[in-house]
Amino acid sequence: MTRVATRNAVARIAVGLLAASVVAVLAGCAGSGSGTNDGPGASTPTSATPTAGSLHGSITVFAAASLKQTFTDLAARFEAENPGTTIELNFAGSSDLVTQITEGAPADVFASADEKNMSKLTDAALIDPAAPVDFATNVLEIAVPPTNPAGITSFADLAAPGVKLVVCAPQVPCGAATVAVEQASGVTLSPVSEESSVTDVLGKVTSGEADAGLVYVTDVKSAGDAVKGIEFPESSGAVNTYPIAVVKDSAEAEVAQAFVDYVTGSVGQSVLADAGFGAP
Amino acid sequence: MTATPSASARYAGVPRWVAVVAAVGALFVVVPLVGMVVRVNWAQFIPLITSESSIDALWLSLRTSLTATALCILLGVPMAIVLARTQFWGQKILRSLVLLPLVLPPVVGGIALLYTFGRRGLLGSTFDVLGIEIAFSTTAVVLAQTFVALPFLVLSLEGALRTVGTRYEAVGATLGAAPTTVLRRITLPLVLPALLSGAVLSFARALGEFGATLTFAGSLQGVTRTLPLEIYLERETDPDAAVALSLVLVVVAIIVVSIAHQAGESGPLRGGLRAAPATTAPTPVRKSGAA
Repeated sequence: MTRVATRNAVARIAVGLLAASVVAVLAGCAGSGSGTNDGPGASTPTSATPTAGSLHGSITVFAAASLKQTFTDLAARFEAENPGTTIELNFAGSSDLVTQITEGAPADVFASADEKNMSKLTDAALIDPAAPVDFATNVLEIAVPPTNPAGITSFADLAAPGVKLVVCAPQVPCGAATVAVEQASGVTLSPVSEESSVTDVLGKVTSGEADAGLVYVTDVKSAGDAVKGIEFPESSGAVNTYPIAVVKDSAEAEVAQAFVDYVTGSVGQSVLADAGFGAP
Repeated sequence: MTATPSASARYAGVPRWVAVVAAVGALFVVVPLVGMVVRVNWAQFIPLITSESSIDALWLSLRTSLTATALCILLGVPMAIVLARTQFWGQKILRSLVLLPLVLPPVVGGIALLYTFGRRGLLGSTFDVLGIEIAFSTTAVVLAQTFVALPFLVLSLEGALRTVGTRYEAVGATLGAAPTTVLRRITLPLVLPALLSGAVLSFARALGEFGATLTFAGSLQGVTRTLPLEIYLERETDPDAAVALSLVLVVVAIIVVSIAHQAGESGPLRGGLRAAPATTAPTPVRKSGAA
């Protein structure tokens, strides 16, 4: 008798736990679902003219990983100048962001690290072909550990035997730029590793595993004292242009356009220039 | 315990809601696989998985995973025996530490390996003196895979050793067999099924290794770019190739899991061992597949 009772109690507890966990999972799903939709959906539509001060609503900006510092800064300034607006930021590799937007992620603004990924979205009619505006450029720079153990001084030095060079794989924008510089300069590099992202290249240099890496000027700048940057004239052979545009289906097109104007305007340009980006 | 009739008879007693929740759980695992399979570009499937970079990645993955599995057996069997058959101060802590890679995010394992075997790492200069360069080499891939896969073998083998008990070993010893003879003739044959399933699980873990390899070994075709790294990279430009290669990994994983299941369930010595009472306390970390 007691045994049955115990078993029932155990069963009841198990059912309770299961029910609780199912509820929790469902709540979690609902929570995150409404969280992402909250931005454009929950806010009241603005009917006022798009002048600063009258803007209301929240937008989600999808920006290339290399824009993390500058866009975080710019979004905070934009929100301060336009009370009533909020900006959610989502940083990832440009091609990841394109995949996310294509699969239906709620983005209002897309800032790409190259024109190729922007045209993927204009081709898919998710962004008006006339919308993208170039707002910055970036070039490659050699990053070496602070002690520069291999004594690198030029692009040609990277091809010297024994130099452990790490670059981006040709499939990603920084790797495509590397190939372009190689072809333009006639120097053939033999890297020990072709990484999937600039951060991975930088990581190999800061940890001292690699003697040198090819990354963007802005990456060297944001890495601070962890690496030493060496500019090289051949980098002009591959200039990366960053376009930005409002996504067609944006529910907050006014705020989205205002943010794009802010990035391409004087404040945006000076913040980007401070981070090492070139003017478009 | 393993007979089918009794299993099906017991099934009649499972409450319906358990079966319903179980079905939801199964769908949760299966539906994403279906989602991937429907995206496969079948017209291009063979060219995609037989491209030079794909073949290089698959071949490298198989080679390094097999080497890592061999290393796991070499190091893991003695570790499991020591953990299961001896008692010493700090054993519990040691066991937790050995099993740590099981719960660590692989990228953390990669960072740990980097600061140990890397050029500026704890042992980096030692290896430098010996003329061994680990950074950006296939050796680094094998090290990363062994690091994450070793606990699987130790875990399943230790559980089996404890379940089997020391009765037969004691009999062998009283009949005059030396410890090594007992190990070779009695202990290892007894736990062979667990050793096999543990090895297959280690192989599977090594094959899927991504985070530690990416952090520690780098990524270069034919040298360090294993199949998971190739998939990650192809995703950037050629999603079709990434999906096709993912399917290859899924198929390999299914084969591996079924082998591990067979090895774990149909050991020839199983039936006899069930009767043998365990003379040591059951391990708290025993796995059902190994027991």
